Amino acid sequence: MDKYIEMIRIRFLMMLAYRTNYYTGILIYCINIGAYYFLWSAIYSGKSSIQGMSIEQMTTYVAVSWMARAFYFNNIDREIAMEIKEGKVATELIRPYSYLGMKTMQGLGEGIFRLFFLSLPGVIITAFLFPLHFSTNINTWAYFALSITLSFIINSELNLLAGMVTFFTLNNEGLLRAKRFVIDLFSGLILPISFYPSWAQEVMKYFPFQGISYIPSMIFTESFQGQAVIDGLLFQLIWSVILLIPIQLLWKAAKKQLVVQGG
Amino acid sequence: MDYAIEVEKLRKEFKSYSSRSGLMGAFRDLFTRNYKIIRAVDDISFTVKQGEMVGYIGENGAGKSTTIKMLTGILTPTSGKVVVNGMNPHKEREAFVRTIGVVFGQRSQLWWDIAVQESFRLLKKVYRVSDRDYKEHMEHVIETLDIGPLLDKPVRKLSLGQRMRCELAAALIHNPPLLFLDEPTIGLDVLVKLKIRQFLKEINEKYKTTILLTTHDISDIEALCERVIMLDEGKIIYDGSLQRLKENWGEGKQIQFTFAKEVVDEELRVLTNDLKIDWRKGEQANSWIAHVPPVYVSDVISRVVARYDIQDINIHEISTEEIIRNIYEEGVAHG
Repeated sequence: MDKYIEMIRIRFLMMLAYRTNYYTGILIYCINIGAYYFLWSAIYSGKSSIQGMSIEQMTTYVAVSWMARAFYFNNIDREIAMEIKEGKVATELIRPYSYLGMKTMQGLGEGIFRLFFLSLPGVIITAFLFPLHFSTNINTWAYFALSITLSFIINSELNLLAGMVTFFTLNNEGLLRAKRFVIDLFSGLILPISFYPSWAQEVMKYFPFQGISYIPSMIFTESFQGQAVIDGLLFQLIWSVILLIPIQLLWKAAKKQLVVQGG
Repeated sequence: MDYAIEVEKLRKEFKSYSSRSGLMGAFRDLFTRNYKIIRAVDDISFTVKQGEMVGYIGENGAGKSTTIKMLTGILTPTSGKVVVNGMNPHKEREAFVRTIGVVFGQRSQLWWDIAVQESFRLLKKVYRVSDRDYKEHMEHVIETLDIGPLLDKPVRKLSLGQRMRCELAAALIHNPPLLFLDEPTIGLDVLVKLKIRQFLKEINEKYKTTILLTTHDISDIEALCERVIMLDEGKIIYDGSLQRLKENWGEGKQIQFTFAKEVVDEELRVLTNDLKIDWRKGEQANSWIAHVPPVYVSDVISRVVARYDIQDINIHEISTEEIIRNIYEEGVAHG
């Protein structure tokens, strides 16, 4: 376990190695949240609620979605793809640790760093500018914490899967881009799932995407109450377990397939 | 456990895709692709004893790196048996890699953006090295390789020679009994090379570390290895002592004559045709090189000097590099 914690620390150091990235990161969060705030106030213009959400809930939903995204989002899919493309995966396989486990820990290090050092300052700054509503209910915060942890797991699992496809195709830039877009769209980051037509909502029940952004944000804005919270968490938990199966299968096949490129 | 490495009938095949020509061909490639099976390593067998330093040489694409990757558990063999440190590298990967150290000259294992000591600290945790062992062992390594002042610099700011010494230290953090070095001196200057060689010799003596080394620099092999394994097109063409290789192949001298005037090939051959010696054109104008068995040295010189106007004569030992080039050109059978 020691080595995994050490890896998180290393990732912190790597993120801190480039200071400009750090400051622009905060700025980008403020701009994103601000842009969505103005977009939604234009859409609401006068209406007190749409699909059962008030403007204040919606603004908070947007701010929280982005904050949660800072935590669950990571680039390990791209990193895996790059390490395979450049043959660097060879040096990872001669280490006595699980490659996928280590990658996930790097993602976690990145997530924790962004949450506390990028998105928290970002949200505090936007809270001065726009009306955000934060719950004072301790339970909501606890559910939210649990929920974004599960978001992280689901998203990282999808990233591992997407990254591992590179073992077979050796170049899958297109797939990674498509995956990123699908996740932003279907996870409820851009638009809450409850705004989708009901047939689409029905279809999306069979995919893990809403477990990434929609569920934690709905929990935080208290749009989910009582049983809905528990159902949401269960949905996330089940998906994070189910996704382990294809990961194991793909990893086994990938190791056999491995061709180390160059040298 | 007597053998550090045991390899029997090891084989690795790759599929190599080829593209059809033309637009139609490109469309057909979308559906079915032509491929050839390429045998990168072809049924090789050898063993390496504990504490041996073995040079593993061959031209580019001869299958050296592929073999090393199978021995370290990175690639799965197509067929054959591999036992390294008493384990199957691919099956028991995590336990196995604790017993080896690897340096790939062409790629870095240190983390690019962070200080060298942070990489060391992580590796220390990864290999579960105790503080006491680390202090005892690594202080010595750091001192011998002279990397103390580099430890707080990020890897991207190091020169190639500095980085390579750090890489070597990183591979030794857990003091492995077996060390794989894949072109560790590529692109390094003479001083750094000497330092690295000296260091390798020292750990080999001190810890009885087995070392398998691939390189294109024959002087590395001469300085370090008593035994060489030579590979060509995936097959072992020579496995034995460097000494024997020299005796069988490097017997005799090379005599280089620089003539005052142009000389014809024919004449030289006629002049020495009863002695069975090889004449080759030298790199400079009017220079010819004769490959001469020791007994005929004085004979050849006296005949040539008597007949021609000579500007310069040089007598060389045949270098290992030359021997190896000859073997690749002519095949080993003639030896």
